[in-house]
Amino acid sequence: MTTEQPVPTLTRAEESAMTTTTDDTLAVVLPDAGEEARRRMRRRSSIRSVFKHTGLIALSIVMIYPLIWLVVSSFKPNNEIFTDLGIFTTDLTVDNYVHGWTAQQLPFTVFLGNSTILVVGAIIGNLVSCSLAAYAFARLRFWGRNAYFAIMLGTIMLPFHVVLVPQFVIFRELGWLETFLPLIVPKLLATDAFFIFLMVQFIRGIPKEIFEAARIDGAGHARIFGQITLPLMVPALATTTIFTFIWTWGDFFGPLIYLRTRENFPVSVALKGFIDAQSSSNYGAMFAMSVVSLIPLFLAFLIGQKYLVKGIATTGIK
Amino acid sequence: MSSIGELRKIAIRPRRTAGAARGRARNPDNKAGYLFLAPWLIGLIVFTVGPMLASLYLAFTDYNLLQPPEWSGFDNIVQMFGDARLWNSLRVTLTYVFVSVPLQLALALAVAMLLDRGMRGLAFYRSVFYLPSLLGGSVAIAILWRQVFGKEGIVNGFLAWFGIEGPGWISHPDYALATIIILHVWTFGSPMVIFLAGLRQIPEMYYEAAQMDGAGKVRRFFAITFPLLTPIIFFNLVLQIIFAFQSFTQAYIVSGGTGGPSDSTMFFTLYLYKEAFTELNMGYASAMAWFLLLIIAAFTLLNFWLSKYWVFYDD
Repeated sequence: MTTEQPVPTLTRAEESAMTTTTDDTLAVVLPDAGEEARRRMRRRSSIRSVFKHTGLIALSIVMIYPLIWLVVSSFKPNNEIFTDLGIFTTDLTVDNYVHGWTAQQLPFTVFLGNSTILVVGAIIGNLVSCSLAAYAFARLRFWGRNAYFAIMLGTIMLPFHVVLVPQFVIFRELGWLETFLPLIVPKLLATDAFFIFLMVQFIRGIPKEIFEAARIDGAGHARIFGQITLPLMVPALATTTIFTFIWTWGDFFGPLIYLRTRENFPVSVALKGFIDAQSSSNYGAMFAMSVVSLIPLFLAFLIGQKYLVKGIATTGIK
Repeated sequence: MSSIGELRKIAIRPRRTAGAARGRARNPDNKAGYLFLAPWLIGLIVFTVGPMLASLYLAFTDYNLLQPPEWSGFDNIVQMFGDARLWNSLRVTLTYVFVSVPLQLALALAVAMLLDRGMRGLAFYRSVFYLPSLLGGSVAIAILWRQVFGKEGIVNGFLAWFGIEGPGWISHPDYALATIIILHVWTFGSPMVIFLAGLRQIPEMYYEAAQMDGAGKVRRFFAITFPLLTPIIFFNLVLQIIFAFQSFTQAYIVSGGTGGPSDSTMFFTLYLYKEAFTELNMGYASAMAWFLLLIIAAFTLLNFWLSKYWVFYDD
């Protein structure tokens, strides 16, 4: 926490919620209690702590078991997945991955590639467009700013269904069906207002003096944005990148509507093929490719956990 | 400060009095402001405001994409009133929203309160509880859910230990929706992280003072923790309800794209999708979309109105 830029949107208390302290004293120190009472207190709180940890570990197992079962089953022979529901087995094979890779007519490499293109496009779009808008909202004074800001917040809560049909018609008229453009171009125009809000919160926390000093030195807004604001808001950009990655990778509805030929499918839509009636017997392959589709999300979680936690703690949206 | 909090701040901000400084002095960055805002403004007009107005128009038309839209007056709205499938989908959605959201938030709050400051294993627990909420929206997890709650899945494997033979939860109209609700509750990790951050902001001295006055655990929760946490609970509630109304992927995948068995998982959004993209009733789907917007807006307003009675702001 000490090596990076301060995170102004979080309080110190929230910071400490993210870093782990190794201090595990649970005993309450009473000001005037005798030695005996203190010892009894400590024993009671240690019993309580045992109970608590038992409960939390049980809950952890319930939470994680389905995921472990998924991974283990993906390495089991197809006929054993449901006959032996345990996760301890020695009979492991990679056959499911070999078969699953080509089970949807095209190799999974194609779907992974499509998902990657969508993700990269969405990340670039969100980073560029949302940071520009956020700088305007957080640092510039112009006519109608508060009204625009309220509208921007409102669009976060707007159900996208009210724009669904006309958007589809627009993209159809443009001849963009079966291309990635309907899923990327809106991001270039900052339609993911959530990230604007996240960045506004961050920029507001950067000390004003920095911007004033730059002004006095004669820097224009383009320079203040490019050379001062952007470098200082790297943590917010990282949060945006990771969230965009996770959401775009998992997005199902958009690709379902706009991409209807197999060679354009991202991973999410390709996986759907496994539950369509004709191929529903190959559970092993289905599990294997589900695991493949989750690996990038899991890696994003491992690498970016800090930024993810910050992002949701700051804005209150998952 | 949350987005909800920001909106509240804007709403209660005192209006500037007439005759206050106007023009250049108050808005020195007009040109730069609009330049920086240009992509968002264009996006707002082209992809939000324009389409909203267009779908409002389409709601009063008959439109199948192939022929130009034909004005049909209130036909779609009249049809909606008599559409039993639509009311069923609304009932399914309302059940989903008002069972899964409170359950998820209650679990998130309970677990957050168990995770004491600086306790052993805090980082481990937080990661384990948070991970499902990152994966929960994906197709892969919905596919997994079909198997977990399938006839031969691990839930029934577990029940078999106790000699209970469970049904095929996914294929039973009485239980299919419950599995999707459980999937939502399973993702309690992200509100939990928000609650954790909120709990850490409550000054320790409040608890010390209460303890000195002899307040017990329960009393301390209702007198300190809960009131100070109500703004956070409130914005979680508002946003989770709004988002839960729009759930789609899980119902689609768990039911194999059908909303079945016997429409028991036919969410409003799933029905809307079918009307729009399999039946090509784009006019009717637009009318449904506006109906959804009005329902969500009504519940959001109701939520804000009710907040007067239980949300505590110390400003």
